[in-house]
Amino acid sequence: MSLEKYESVIGLEVHVQLKTKSKIFCACPAEFGAEPNSQTCPICLGLPGSLPVLNEQALYYAIKVGLALNCTISGRLKFDRKNYFYPDLPKAYQISQYDMPVSHHGHLNIELKESKRKIGITRAHLEEDAGKLIHEGVKDGSLVDYNRCGTPLLEIVSEPDLRSPEEAYEYLTTLKAVLQYLDVSDCNMEKGSLRCDANVSIRLKGTEKLGTKAEIKNLNSFKAVAKAIQYEIERQAEMLESGNRIIQETRLWNDEKGQTFSMRSKEEAHDYRYFPEPDLVPFTISREKVEEVRKTLPELPQAREERIISSYKLSNYDAHVLVADKFLADYFEACIKEGADPKKVSNWLTTELFGLLNAKKETLETCKVSAKQLSKLIFLIDKQVISGKIAKEVLPIMVDTGKDPEDIVKEKGLVQLTDTKFIEDIAKKVIEANPKTVADFKAGKSQALGFLVGQLMKETKGKANPALANQILEKHLHAL
Amino acid sequence: MAQDLFRMTLKESQRYLSSKENFDLLVGSLSLRAKEIDPKVKAYLSFNPNGKNFSDKSPKPGQKLWGVPVSIKDNICTDGWETTCSSKILKGYIPPYDATVVRKLKENGAYLFAKCNMDEFAFGSSCESSAYHPSVNPWDLSRVPGGSSGGSAACVAADEAICSLGTDTGGSIRQPASLCGVVGMKPTYGRVSRFGLVAFGSSLDQIGPITKTVEDNAILLGAIAGYDPLDSTSVNIEVPDYTKALVKDAKGLKIGLPREYFVKGINSEVEAAVREVAKVYKQLGAEIKEISLPHSKYGIAVYYVVATAEASSNLARFDGVEYGYRYNTDDLLEMYVETRDQGFGQEAKRRILLGTFVLSAGYYDAYYLRAQKVRTLIKKDFENAFKEVDVILSPTSPTTAFKLGEKTDDPLSMYLSDIYTITVNLAGVPALSVPCGFDSKGLPIGFQLMGKYFDETTLYRSAYAYEQTMHWYEKKPKL
Repeated sequence: MSLEKYESVIGLEVHVQLKTKSKIFCACPAEFGAEPNSQTCPICLGLPGSLPVLNEQALYYAIKVGLALNCTISGRLKFDRKNYFYPDLPKAYQISQYDMPVSHHGHLNIELKESKRKIGITRAHLEEDAGKLIHEGVKDGSLVDYNRCGTPLLEIVSEPDLRSPEEAYEYLTTLKAVLQYLDVSDCNMEKGSLRCDANVSIRLKGTEKLGTKAEIKNLNSFKAVAKAIQYEIERQAEMLESGNRIIQETRLWNDEKGQTFSMRSKEEAHDYRYFPEPDLVPFTISREKVEEVRKTLPELPQAREERIISSYKLSNYDAHVLVADKFLADYFEACIKEGADPKKVSNWLTTELFGLLNAKKETLETCKVSAKQLSKLIFLIDKQVISGKIAKEVLPIMVDTGKDPEDIVKEKGLVQLTDTKFIEDIAKKVIEANPKTVADFKAGKSQALGFLVGQLMKETKGKANPALANQILEKHLHAL
Repeated sequence: MAQDLFRMTLKESQRYLSSKENFDLLVGSLSLRAKEIDPKVKAYLSFNPNGKNFSDKSPKPGQKLWGVPVSIKDNICTDGWETTCSSKILKGYIPPYDATVVRKLKENGAYLFAKCNMDEFAFGSSCESSAYHPSVNPWDLSRVPGGSSGGSAACVAADEAICSLGTDTGGSIRQPASLCGVVGMKPTYGRVSRFGLVAFGSSLDQIGPITKTVEDNAILLGAIAGYDPLDSTSVNIEVPDYTKALVKDAKGLKIGLPREYFVKGINSEVEAAVREVAKVYKQLGAEIKEISLPHSKYGIAVYYVVATAEASSNLARFDGVEYGYRYNTDDLLEMYVETRDQGFGQEAKRRILLGTFVLSAGYYDAYYLRAQKVRTLIKKDFENAFKEVDVILSPTSPTTAFKLGEKTDDPLSMYLSDIYTITVNLAGVPALSVPCGFDSKGLPIGFQLMGKYFDETTLYRSAYAYEQTMHWYEKKPKL
């Protein structure tokens, strides 16, 4: 298709709710899920006469993120008013930062299967969140819940450096990991603590000039971001191919239909009439203060990945998957601390356990199996108490019940058979029952052995030590 | 004598208020006075709805204003008591909290007596833009009391208040104080908390006292001033005891007369009266010096860009969603448009439109940004001048009180009423207006003293020395 001639240019705007105890400009708690309008005060309700006071913790978090994204931290800070009317915005302006963001000129390294890329960070600025309109179940109009009003947000804007939906997806995954490592946000897209808008344009390969962009909103998951970008690239290419011009507009992603729809054109865009917020005086952040914050930065995903590769001899890919989620990496290292083998932990964790959790729509955070228990399961295999195959039966029970693997093995009588005499008896039975396969084996078909081992395992309900079963069967076959 | 209790100064009332009995007598006398003359002066919008609940039987330790009745401009929030800013859009709005100044007054034991009429949202210089009724000048009921704190000045001048609080964005305390013959102080920006003051021009607004005497003013400012963690623009500088500076002496005081203020447009009687003030100061031992504030001429222009820009944003919250007036309809846009069209008066709409325009894309640099640059030059003018002098003397208003309706159709001439007071707000310095006689029609004239940042002390000292020499405050309007 004609897509080949085009290069896509993508920039992402990510809004992150900072998990401060109180809101950005007042003392109300910034928790999610409370009774509507129960976490409000004259300040976040924008009542006449109320004034904002900046939450220092929010600023501290913003500086932390800036440093982690390799940004320059602004020496002087100012807030601005972004003016527009909407019922969820009680002051009819949002306190934001227009031309003097907390941090700017940074970058984030992302790693794809075949390449590494450095994505520019234009800026990250602080602002307050708006309330929420409630339409469902309301007769005659809508209701407003102002609990979210004044929750601190950090808007992180990337340069238009991303070139594909996959890169956009990877950028978001990496950014989320950084934010989780910094422990500044829950990064939960479903709860809205992480939101993303995408700016997408295309241009002919080899050209410099940027095409006209569309801003895509209403993206509710990283997958939706990737899908919407892909859709948008194709839509724009078709427009150009059919001789149409692309207009600058804001488009909404419809996840069910898998399409974007025009929301408003540039002409209909708001004039936000930004001007300096007179209620918050500009102030300076000293270099010393920034250096103090830098000292509090934890080990970040990239550094952890490098450490995991070198100390545990894992592949780049395995290490990358592990560090992308702080909880996962912590879990992994907790298993290592228990003494389990890194490669085995990595496999059991990312393939087996994740497979089970995905099927149950659970996450590692809610999982009943502790790092210690997963390690115990691996030890049981190491000590040949159970086979890997049996372990795969034990793990789902652990996930369901949270019981120790030893207990499950005992209860279910799953202890591996290492009684050579017993296995030999069964091996003889299997050989007798399968003359054709035995003949095949004799004729040089080595896979015939596998079948016979399988039969043996079946007879022992999987409890036979597979290596032992293999060894004994082979011995008897050769002796025939 | 008892029936004349309402004539007391704040200072006198402090001495008098030794018991609950005396408190009841004083408030009774004041209420009777208001009942009798407010139908003429119309300074008030409402009286304390919880008045009967003032149960403090005697002052708690440290309460300097126990029982003192204070009248409050209606753009200052009072918990549980309607606060309308004299606008229809806030009719019936009852704040759930006290402004910091109100809290401080209550902590000091003061009694909140009534809420004062004003120009709608403090937009005006005559009190005629109130959505409810104009207030009038106690010295001549056919004339305006000035504005926007017209009610606050008129109630004090008419002795239907002991003292009051006004607010000043471009002259709104000083000009009505001058037109009504009382003392009004606009403190340094940052001296008094703005928390709970319904914002007009956030970078210009200050709350300040309007009183019968300079001493009263010093007492009242002392009670409301100080750093407030709820207002990021309030400044953490210790508040001195202003009353200690009150001595009848101006020896060594260096007073500047700005060349640019005594030019065309000024009423000759006003000019003569202010020049006479300079002579009095000279006799009291002060040194008079001509100085220059070269960028003064841009004051009005800069002000009407900066103040309206901020106002357009500050008033956007009155949209019918949360509180106040709402035009009920199924259509959101229609609700916004009709609520604001019906809820705001002419002057408010004019300023919202002006402010919206100067902040619009493509015009911001030419208007707002340029105005901010000139504002810096105006600040520098004052900083330079204060290298040479301690205070600057000028008229407060170019004219005495004008007739009701005289300027309502001519906003520009109304704006010029603040020509001497506006630059003070742009620079953020403190200034007060003090009575200095009467014109041939018997209308009060006031002069303005401008001071260094956070040096209200020198302003009070200078004003007191003049006041105690001339005693203009002893003359009262015939009502």
